[in-house]
Amino acid sequence: MRRPGGRVLVLWVAGLLVAGCGTRAESPAESTGSDARAYGDTFVEASIGDIGALIPNLASDGASHDIGALIYDGLLRVDKNINWLPAMAESWTFAPDCLSLDFTLRRDVKWHDGHPFTAADVVFTWQTLIHPKTPAPFKEKFLQIKAVEALDPYTVRVTYPQPYGRALETWNEYILPKHLLEPYVADGKLRESPQNRHPVGTGAYRFKEWRSGEKVVVVANPDYYLGRPYISRIVYRVIPSQATIFLELKARGVDYSSLTAVQYKRQTEYPAFRKVYDKYRYPGTGYTFLAFNLKDPRFADRRVRQALAHAIDKRELMDGVAMGLAREVWGPIRPGNWAFTDKVKRYEFDATRAKEMLEEAGWKDRDGDGVVEDGGGRPFAFTIRTNQGNDERKRIAEILQQRFKDVGVKVEIQTIDWASFIKEFVKPRKFEAIVLGLGFGADPDQYVLWHSSQTDPDQMNRTGYANPEVDALLEKGRASCRQEERVKYYHRIQEILAEDIPMIFLYVRDALPVIASRVRGPDPGPAGMLWNLPEWYVPKHLQVYTAG
Amino acid sequence: MAFFIVRRLLLVIPLLVGITFVSFIVISLAPGGPLDFLEAENPDLSPEVKRQLTELYGLDKPLIVQYGNWLMRVARLDFGRSFLPDGRPVLAKIGERMPVTLALNIIELLIIVVVAVPIGVLSATRQYSVFDKITTIFVFVGFATPDFWLALLLMSLFGAQLGWLPISGLRHINWEYLSFWRQQWDLVSHLLLPITVATFGGLAGFSRYMRQSMLEVIRQDYVQTARAKGLSEEVVIGKHALRNALLPVVTILGLSLPGLIGGSVIIESVFAIPGMGQLMVQSIYARDYPVVMGNLVIVAFLTLIANLFADLAYGLVDPRIRFGRRRGR
Repeated sequence: MRRPGGRVLVLWVAGLLVAGCGTRAESPAESTGSDARAYGDTFVEASIGDIGALIPNLASDGASHDIGALIYDGLLRVDKNINWLPAMAESWTFAPDCLSLDFTLRRDVKWHDGHPFTAADVVFTWQTLIHPKTPAPFKEKFLQIKAVEALDPYTVRVTYPQPYGRALETWNEYILPKHLLEPYVADGKLRESPQNRHPVGTGAYRFKEWRSGEKVVVVANPDYYLGRPYISRIVYRVIPSQATIFLELKARGVDYSSLTAVQYKRQTEYPAFRKVYDKYRYPGTGYTFLAFNLKDPRFADRRVRQALAHAIDKRELMDGVAMGLAREVWGPIRPGNWAFTDKVKRYEFDATRAKEMLEEAGWKDRDGDGVVEDGGGRPFAFTIRTNQGNDERKRIAEILQQRFKDVGVKVEIQTIDWASFIKEFVKPRKFEAIVLGLGFGADPDQYVLWHSSQTDPDQMNRTGYANPEVDALLEKGRASCRQEERVKYYHRIQEILAEDIPMIFLYVRDALPVIASRVRGPDPGPAGMLWNLPEWYVPKHLQVYTAG
Repeated sequence: MAFFIVRRLLLVIPLLVGITFVSFIVISLAPGGPLDFLEAENPDLSPEVKRQLTELYGLDKPLIVQYGNWLMRVARLDFGRSFLPDGRPVLAKIGERMPVTLALNIIELLIIVVVAVPIGVLSATRQYSVFDKITTIFVFVGFATPDFWLALLLMSLFGAQLGWLPISGLRHINWEYLSFWRQQWDLVSHLLLPITVATFGGLAGFSRYMRQSMLEVIRQDYVQTARAKGLSEEVVIGKHALRNALLPVVTILGLSLPGLIGGSVIIESVFAIPGMGQLMVQSIYARDYPVVMGNLVIVAFLTLIANLFADLAYGLVDPRIRFGRRRGR
């Protein structure tokens, strides 16, 4: 039920982690009574970040989307591996030219207030999100749509001016109730509507209570069209301190949260903890990278970038900054995604090879001072910049500084507060190299990141990368609705990016959630941990909370 | 007296305008705006969408116009709505968080005064005694102990290990289902640790002020005189000395009034208490200008009023200061 759409990107920045291909780190669950599925019990989640809004389409914070996914449904939902499954739409078909997409809606879906859900709600959601007065950060996908029409109360036709690869992903978006929201949209007062405080959705859980800065409570929707969820009540607590969350875990006050690397490795290995909680570890939602400014003549030379890639020991990096709880990445598509390939060029740690390649590119230590110079005697020195307040990135810069020094490249480090960093350096491309993180999208579309047209200050191609072949592939990948076709384009894009290496893709950190072991059913995958939450249950004899 | 009060109240208005003007400019000049954080490396936010949002929030207008608009609205007591996705009125946001912070801080302040004044008096009258030395040590430990560290230690001991007290939050998960008296106890038990921690640091400072002030007073001639008159030590200290020693303390109390609604970010974060401190910090991080400014106006107003009260209180405590006769000061 979790939507791994655009919000994932923001999650990464906020430092919250949910998702990836799952391995259960351990499962010490012992069973004494019957483990049969049972209704009841309360599930307590803890989040560091506060909840922004309960019309989650308006919010970009992780907490709003976590709760939104329980209360609202989309036309589609994802399975563990982010494949599309029917939700409020029972089926869908693309026209052969990919320009239109028809959804057949279920007839048994009701809003939590009893009002029936129909095609009008779908049309309304689109109209709302593209409305200029709607402050929705993720409206871009909806702006690609030409029209959404209700052919009859249970059939929706979406048409596109040109084929759009993310068409299906778009309809994973929370559908909003027309009968409650219509008057607010035209005035641009959507945020002020009662729905934003007391939402009515179609999802597995009904809203019960929101105490600002404290908690949101939702209760099982007995009429849920996919079947009543087992866990009766979910309490989403806001606890702004990681240390406090950890103490709450120890005292069993919280059933689900994320651990830090130190907590995962060192502070949760004692039997009492492992008996009560299951720890999980799987690749997180975003990757960390070292990006070059390709307008800088030194970095415009691909051999230099490749040489620097050879100079990096990723294992050392991951051990140094994440206690080894991370995995190497070689490209911008999440491992496990249908478009992912690992058959790309890799740069093993090899300082000698790095030096040779630098020399091929004309960089050689001519005066014996340990720093390589070009033909004109100018030493190779540059600054790696990153944002303040992120120790991990600062430590990466420090390790890279050392490794680059070994191959004769001198590096300065500068950390700048987030806002100035983005505004003064990243956007105007006034940097030589930066360490930053990015989220993996659910869709492999990488157009905004690598297309040569996306280099305005407000656009996301920060390195200034321009490769006609990649441009063409990005356009094709975006303009097809057929996955089997798109796979080929994205595989090729990953190969070229690994070869061209406009940024050095470093690693993806592991998400490290813990869940109370009395809860049965968690099955984390690329879609995250909570995608199948309505199917989770607590066997009767293990239930802790009776009320609710 | 009345004239004095009216004059001081009228002076508050230009002061408030000045304070808010400077604050507004400073906040707006701080790097980053409300949208930069929304955007935070989000490839899905296209420049068009960003322009739309900028207009929506009125951030496309010149700074001075933005301030003018804001001031006009505030003059009508409309503090606007939050820029955050919840879009709620600023006063509602502040209003729901104020009671907790206020209650916590008033209890804290009362405990501090009730405990610190006797400690201060005793250690002043028995300067260099064992009691004085012990309280001095206690005071320096209190000064030196970081709030969050003490909080975590106590939480770990009483919450996680002994399980006597709840660790964080204000209410139990099943609060609605508890009996009335259990609910009250639940609330008290949730507040016990935060108040203990908050009091510990404040106690230290306050008892020091009290001791210092008392030490100065008991060396005065009129205390000698009182003793020479043959008054009992209790009357000398309790009446003649204490009353005068309380003067500077009243000032400090007055100045701590605005702090009452400010709330402590650290304590609120560690104990997950949704109070004013958290609200302020979150709105600053998110560059939620309306909430930041609303908060500032209230704090500034209270500071000015508290100053006024402190001045008036002087008159009550100290007969030497009379406002009316000399037409103010």
